[in-house]
Amino acid sequence: MTETLSMPHPQLAAVAIEKAYRKDKHKVPVLRGIDVEVQKGEFLSIVGQSGSGKSTLMHLFGLLDSPDIGEIHLEGQRIDDLPDHARDQIRNRVFGFIFQFYHLLPELNLLENVLSPLMIRYSTWEYWKRKKQFRQDALEIIEKVGLSHRIKHRPSEMSGGEMQRAAIARALIAKPQILLADEPTGNLDSSTGKEIMDLLTSLNEQEQLTIIMVTHDNSIAAQAHRTVRLLEGQIEVLGKSHAASVPA
Amino acid sequence: MYKSLLCLRYLRTRYIALASIISMTLGVATMIVVNSVMDGFSTDMRTRLRGILADVIVETNSLDGEPVTKDIRNSIQRAVGDDIAGMTTTVEIYAMLSVQYGSQWQSKPVTLIGIDPATKATVGPLAQYLEHTKDNDIPNWELSPEAMAYRKEWTTRAQWMVDRWNHNPPPMEENEQVSFEEPVESNEPLPVPKFASDSKTASPFDQAPKPEATQKTNSTVNPFSNDLKASAFEKKEEQDPSSPLKGRVYIGYGLVSFPYEDPETGKTEMFQIVKPGDDVKISTVTAGQPPEPTHFNATVVDLFKSNMSEHDSSLVFCNLEYLQEMRSMIDPTSGEKAITSIQIKLKHPEDAAMVVSKLEEALPAGLFRVRTWEDKQGPLLAAVEVESAILNVLLFLIIAVAGFGILAIFFMITIEKTRDIGVLKALGASSNGIMSIFLSYGLALGLVGSGVGVIVGLLFVRYINEIEKAITWITGRKVFDQRIYYFPEISTHVNPMMVFWVAIGAMVIAVLASILPARKAARFHPVESLRYE
Repeated sequence: MTETLSMPHPQLAAVAIEKAYRKDKHKVPVLRGIDVEVQKGEFLSIVGQSGSGKSTLMHLFGLLDSPDIGEIHLEGQRIDDLPDHARDQIRNRVFGFIFQFYHLLPELNLLENVLSPLMIRYSTWEYWKRKKQFRQDALEIIEKVGLSHRIKHRPSEMSGGEMQRAAIARALIAKPQILLADEPTGNLDSSTGKEIMDLLTSLNEQEQLTIIMVTHDNSIAAQAHRTVRLLEGQIEVLGKSHAASVPA
Repeated sequence: MYKSLLCLRYLRTRYIALASIISMTLGVATMIVVNSVMDGFSTDMRTRLRGILADVIVETNSLDGEPVTKDIRNSIQRAVGDDIAGMTTTVEIYAMLSVQYGSQWQSKPVTLIGIDPATKATVGPLAQYLEHTKDNDIPNWELSPEAMAYRKEWTTRAQWMVDRWNHNPPPMEENEQVSFEEPVESNEPLPVPKFASDSKTASPFDQAPKPEATQKTNSTVNPFSNDLKASAFEKKEEQDPSSPLKGRVYIGYGLVSFPYEDPETGKTEMFQIVKPGDDVKISTVTAGQPPEPTHFNATVVDLFKSNMSEHDSSLVFCNLEYLQEMRSMIDPTSGEKAITSIQIKLKHPEDAAMVVSKLEEALPAGLFRVRTWEDKQGPLLAAVEVESAILNVLLFLIIAVAGFGILAIFFMITIEKTRDIGVLKALGASSNGIMSIFLSYGLALGLVGSGVGVIVGLLFVRYINEIEKAITWITGRKVFDQRIYYFPEISTHVNPMMVFWVAIGAMVIAVLASILPARKAARFHPVESLRYE
């Protein structure tokens, strides 16, 4: 943490985060005082065993949940205490989500799934006005993830790797600043997983996209610039020396 | 945008939800059918009641009637003269109608109405209801050529039988076709024989005919009427025994016909025991105190068929003047004729209430009662309205039950969609957005449900008589028995506003039923939803 102090503001920061879940009457602490800062263009991996709180941390980053104690900062601004509609907008515009189980909407085809963040962002009228442009953008992104032959297919008609690429395309369409990936390769075989990792790495390198990736696989985590290891809700070891290669 | 897209996709992929709206469809269809049938029933009944009556009816309180003096005419003219489109006077009295069928006499209680057909036709559609009178004709008391020919035929035959009887009476034991109540001697005047084989018998003699009546064979009229009239009548009778009697009637179709099932074809047909040209006997009472029984024979001029079975099986129309004469309603000194009611048709029927109050003021109190036709038939119309209101409440409950079905299925769908809701929230959808997906889904289901319901209902109404026949054929039981109901077939009237409100009501219920599940969906926590498997 100390190495980032010289920077004016990290792009995304978790400050003294604590979070507990209530299970029946018992309080189960998940995160116990976490401080993480993520720089623009960084590829950060969060690793840990099941139950170590890594997914929870990612959810807190993505404003899907609120911390009990602590703050989340985006460009130096606190965002975890914003009203619901503002949090909805940040989720839509700033973050792109990738999940382990892809979480595509089964009723929509690939193209519609990819377009869904834009459909959510704009009113019907505005969306229709700019429909052509959006479609064009979506087709480009789909081509980038290599799924041009699948645009009319439903998720149930695609393979796991294809669904994850579709999910990445969906996360990219809104031109997010930060990509939050929760076990993006967790449900894929190793070669498909590698393809997805290559895609993420190239996005990070070519487009300077900040990526925060949660994984339990050390070999996958090693492909990131820096690794944060969680153990029982606390940061165990800071990232290896390759953190130095973070672009300014 | 995503809301309508997802809503449409859910509609197309969740058939279970469509199943939930079948009950709504049925509810809407039933409501439309029931309302249309009830409406058709009451509209038809109103037209027919009004056809028999008139917009406004002035009745005397006494069955003896009141003479319509110049004063009364003037005061009516003065009070409401400008509003009147047509007016007629009638005498209404209870009577017994006796009809001979085979060797048997059938007597039935009837309402006997003395009318002047020409003016009666100005207050209501009388001609339409007469079987053998064309719609455009002004109804009158003349027999049609066919009826005349028929009358000539049976009177000649009856005359021949009488002649034959008088000259050569057959021995009693062989004479099985002739039914006398007691043996008579051959040289005595004879009643008209009643032929078992021929249902159309002659106007019968009364049991104690006066001597002068014996020569007139079948066409004797009221032997009890005073001698002056009787002799005046005789002259005419002598000229032509087949000429119609002085009393003329239109008889309600239901009084002289009955359904009869043909054993060969199995079809039910109406069997008619009296035709125009036949004679019937009518018994009633005279005016004055105390009322004396009186009876007379009359020739049937036409059959009256309003298709309202209550009227068709109780009304007999008679020529007004003859009825007044028979009931001694003509003042011997002034010649003024008493009537029991004045029927008035208005230029603007909606003014009826106003006309009634004006007439009440203008006419001498205590003698007359002024009512609109609706007042007169009030209980019947009110009964239909109450029935229809209660049915509507009950049927709307069916739609409400359908609403609970939607509620249950929606809960199921939101649970099934929990993860997708989490995804949508992760992508930035607001809680209101999620809620409106499910609300518009509910609205869409309501639209489909009530839309299909409206179509099914309207088709059912359109083909209701065919459907009734089909059900009758399948079950072998008559669903709509014309003998019980007022109308020969189920009449319907579709009120567009009713259809509109039923459809709107169903949609509102569908939306209401989806509010709860939609709110639940909107409150899902995104993290928990995403974890949901």
